Amino acid sequence: MTNEIKKPEDIVALSNELRWQIGDGFHDQLTEGIYADAAVIAQNSVTKEGGKRNFRMDSTIDKVVTSRVWGFPIMIFILSVILWLTIEGANYPSAMLATLLLEDVYSFLKEISTSIGMVWWLDGFLLDGVYLALAWVIAVMLPPMAIFFPMFTLLEDFGYLPRVAFNLDSLFKKSGAHGKQALTMSMGFGCNAAGVVATRIIDSPRERLIAIITNNFALCNGRWPTQILIASIFIGAVVPSYIAGIVSTLSVIGIALLGIGFTFLVSWFLSRSVLKGEVSTFTLELPPYRPPRVWKTLYTSLIDRTLIVLWRACLFAAPAGAVIWLISNIHFGDQSIATWLIDNLDGVGLFLGLNGVILLAYIVAIPANEIVVPTILMLTVMSVNIAGFGEGDGVMFELDTATETAAILKAGGWTLLTAINLMLFSLLHNPCSTTIYTIYKETNSVKWTAIATFLPLVMGIVVCFLVAQVWRLFV
Amino acid sequence: MSKKVETSCDGCVHYNAADLKKLGVDVTDVDYVVALAGNPNTGKSTVFNALTGLRQHTGNWPGKTVTRAEGGYSFADKKYKLVDLPGTYSLLSTSQDEEIARNFILFGKPDVTVIVVDAGRLERNLNLVLQILEITDRAVLCLNLMDEAERHHITIDERSLARDLGIPVVPTSARFSKGIPELIQTIHEVATGEIKCKPHRIKNVPKHIDKAVKILSKKIEIQYPEIPNSRWLAFRLLDGDERVIEALETGEFI
Repeated sequence: MTNEIKKPEDIVALSNELRWQIGDGFHDQLTEGIYADAAVIAQNSVTKEGGKRNFRMDSTIDKVVTSRVWGFPIMIFILSVILWLTIEGANYPSAMLATLLLEDVYSFLKEISTSIGMVWWLDGFLLDGVYLALAWVIAVMLPPMAIFFPMFTLLEDFGYLPRVAFNLDSLFKKSGAHGKQALTMSMGFGCNAAGVVATRIIDSPRERLIAIITNNFALCNGRWPTQILIASIFIGAVVPSYIAGIVSTLSVIGIALLGIGFTFLVSWFLSRSVLKGEVSTFTLELPPYRPPRVWKTLYTSLIDRTLIVLWRACLFAAPAGAVIWLISNIHFGDQSIATWLIDNLDGVGLFLGLNGVILLAYIVAIPANEIVVPTILMLTVMSVNIAGFGEGDGVMFELDTATETAAILKAGGWTLLTAINLMLFSLLHNPCSTTIYTIYKETNSVKWTAIATFLPLVMGIVVCFLVAQVWRLFV
Repeated sequence: MSKKVETSCDGCVHYNAADLKKLGVDVTDVDYVVALAGNPNTGKSTVFNALTGLRQHTGNWPGKTVTRAEGGYSFADKKYKLVDLPGTYSLLSTSQDEEIARNFILFGKPDVTVIVVDAGRLERNLNLVLQILEITDRAVLCLNLMDEAERHHITIDERSLARDLGIPVVPTSARFSKGIPELIQTIHEVATGEIKCKPHRIKNVPKHIDKAVKILSKKIEIQYPEIPNSRWLAFRLLDGDERVIEALETGEFI
């Protein structure tokens, strides 16, 4: 053995030598030693009295909510109740906000602009473009978010989400992915960017990549309201009004479940093609149920989630509103840019069971998925030019009743197929810009970022196309 | 800079807690760096929020924090930077969240490491505590979720626990802000050196391993006389931890 050590390399060399002498099992023996110490210390200071009631309470609840028979039905039931309350509850405040912002404040601003003699294009650009886009986003997005997020957060604080992960664990294993992906997917239901960062809890690079690529299939904070809106405006408008609420709720649940289905399908596909490998095992700790601190949760979910998502939507809505107004009011020949684009995209759109308006709306709203629905409505009105709806070219408007919406949609050539495909496409398309950036930061690879970006988009196009073909075959 | 006790209030942590200023994200010119470590879902982020006044999202959800969150507070004329580390069960494996926690405690050299544990699941949590105590000798055990432990009829003799671990133990219920003043005071006392820790070192190590560890850690101490955790480094070297080997070669410990 070396007696004098001068350099760090010598220490490393010495450690290698000693490691050989110790032989296998160092790690396990050390771990055992630590556990033995821990047991002694805990024994010295912890006393537990007979009553195990609360632990039993926890495990009784767990037996039901994670049981083979009841696990999934309970999951779907809880989700339904939350969505139904959101859809039904958001109507009234949305209408109030719309009246306030889109009628009262809007006409007040218009009066001011007329009285100070603002030039028509500046007035149009600022009020009909930027202001109306902002007002629209606030009116349609704030109420559903203010109802949905607190309920979702309460469920999270109570400790239900890890049980969802537990229920889904075996399905993930079967699809060749890591069980912890159930957790990162649940995180993705809040925010995909956060879900992608959360994949750090997965040790194996192969399984981590699968989790990153498929995270986009979990509906995020930005897309829950979008789906709820599409369902209540478009699906709700084409069915009789007395079942509109239920049908809208069911369609959103269907889309969310479909997203989970795609997560498994794509994980399965990836783990059998480009990302082959063994499934690693892990232990999932079910945390105790904790009574949520209701007021605190309401406060933080309103401030942290609702207002932050709304603020982001507003940041993107303002320039998008401006763009919409511009493309609707800049004319080449007898056509505005918007009309020209819609006409050209219509062919592809109809082929996919969508239409030109929807495709254009997606292009305009690329930076933020949240404002797609307002854009679609506005562009629909503009392109069909129905008298009495909206205020003029490129003006976003609000619809007072479901019948009015239905009338507009029919005039715009909408069918039930268009609505269904819109929901599908809204689930299956590229992640938002923040998520794409996060994926790049986490994977450090252009290749995987590109795959994570374009795979869902391609899938969306294929799925919409297939649905349209099958639909046209039967209807 | 100890204050002269003039009234009975002066010596009381609740009186002194009035000194606490939550600084949010302002972490410039700090006097002390405090790390928050612990198992997943023990309420680290709740403790973090209670001290800094920030609103890091908390959730009943193991693995919620996977990155470091930083915030600050000031107490008794000293500024503290608080770093909320991802929750881990151990420091011996290699997933990215564990490495973030491990590297910060090892290379970030926090002045105090607050180890947050679930009082109702102490034995399981001690696994991580004992590993951390091999790395640092300035630590405080935050015995959190005391309200739940009480509901489950679990009582913990804090004094015998503190004696066994060799570090101060503070019972808290961070969700209800209970015990936070005591925690702040204890962190302060450990940071300023008023409390000296004599952390527990892992005892149940097989003889042949212990011998190798002793040889190796002595050599490390000769090379780096200032190092407080030569024994833990020896553990890691014998386990073939690439990151620690690399750090040793580049002299990152000095």
